[in-house]
Amino acid sequence: MPESPVPGAPRPASKGWRELLRPSVSQVVVALLIGGLAFAITVQINDAGEEDFSNVRGEELVELLKSLDVANERLNTQIEDLTATRNGLRSSTRRSEQAKKEAKLRAEQLAILAGTSGARGSGIELVINDPDEQIDAPALLDAIEELRDAGAEAIAINGVARVVAQTYFLDDDGQIRVGGREIKRPYRIEAIGDADDLAEAVRFRGGLIDRVANRGGSASVTEKDRVTITALADVKSPEYARPTS
Amino acid sequence: MIPVIGLALGIIAGLVFKPTVPTDLQPYLPIAIVAALDAVIGALRALGERRFNDRVFVVSFISNVVIAAFMVYLGDQLGVGSQLSTGVVVVLGIRIFANAAAIRRRIFHA
Repeated sequence: MPESPVPGAPRPASKGWRELLRPSVSQVVVALLIGGLAFAITVQINDAGEEDFSNVRGEELVELLKSLDVANERLNTQIEDLTATRNGLRSSTRRSEQAKKEAKLRAEQLAILAGTSGARGSGIELVINDPDEQIDAPALLDAIEELRDAGAEAIAINGVARVVAQTYFLDDDGQIRVGGREIKRPYRIEAIGDADDLAEAVRFRGGLIDRVANRGGSASVTEKDRVTITALADVKSPEYARPTS
Repeated sequence: MIPVIGLALGIIAGLVFKPTVPTDLQPYLPIAIVAALDAVIGALRALGERRFNDRVFVVSFISNVVIAAFMVYLGDQLGVGSQLSTGVVVVLGIRIFANAAAIRRRIFHA
């Protein structure tokens, strides 16, 4: 190694512990330099442990910045996608909630119409006394039709027979069967609807009350703010009819 | 003996004070340390060959440090800072290995 810079020229090195007490200037300078080196190494090792960008070169910083920009862009795109997905899900949830609410409302309406759920509201109570047993099924059906004309939404007889579209009226051995249920005298018809209209439909001249009186019976109508019908109709699933849509 | 005491004092001072490297010096300190190590290993070799000269050591130490730092500075100004500092470290590393090999041959005869 001819070019190796070997600092130093031949020099008899006198050594000994005595030198420690009387150090020469050059020894002190060498010691200072080596001490400075040790100090610098220690400081640098301590410093390198910290995550710091201050000793990163400009080009590397630019590269770093570029990659961060790219990552940032990618994440922004992701955020947009996810936000769109979230909004879509949110609106579809809202839509399905709306549909659910509407379906529930419709189901309630249909349940009242079909007589599968109880109903309450303003309406009338019509009591027909028929001591001579002159009121037959057609007469009772007439009375029901009068109430339907007047807008009755739910009708029950004697609190046991709910009158719906399929309900039939039948004379049976001096009694009347309504939808298969035997109805005993006196007949008590509860109807939910506009109380005034319903009462008027019964009371008018030549109407139900007069006809009942003609047959030797008596009828009375009471308007009520709150009529509760708990009788339910028998539900029979259609055997032949199928929805067309 | 006195240099060993200096070494110990330097390490202790570094550990006790825990100073942070000034931002301006941060790119140069690692290279300066490698350059100084080169001078120290060279001095150890000269010591082994009984031709150590403290004046030469001091001059080579300081000039090594200054030149290394200057090259890094120059490289930074030219825009090839990282490559040039890598080059400096490689050259100094080769010299350190060569001097260490000479010391090893002298001590172990191998």
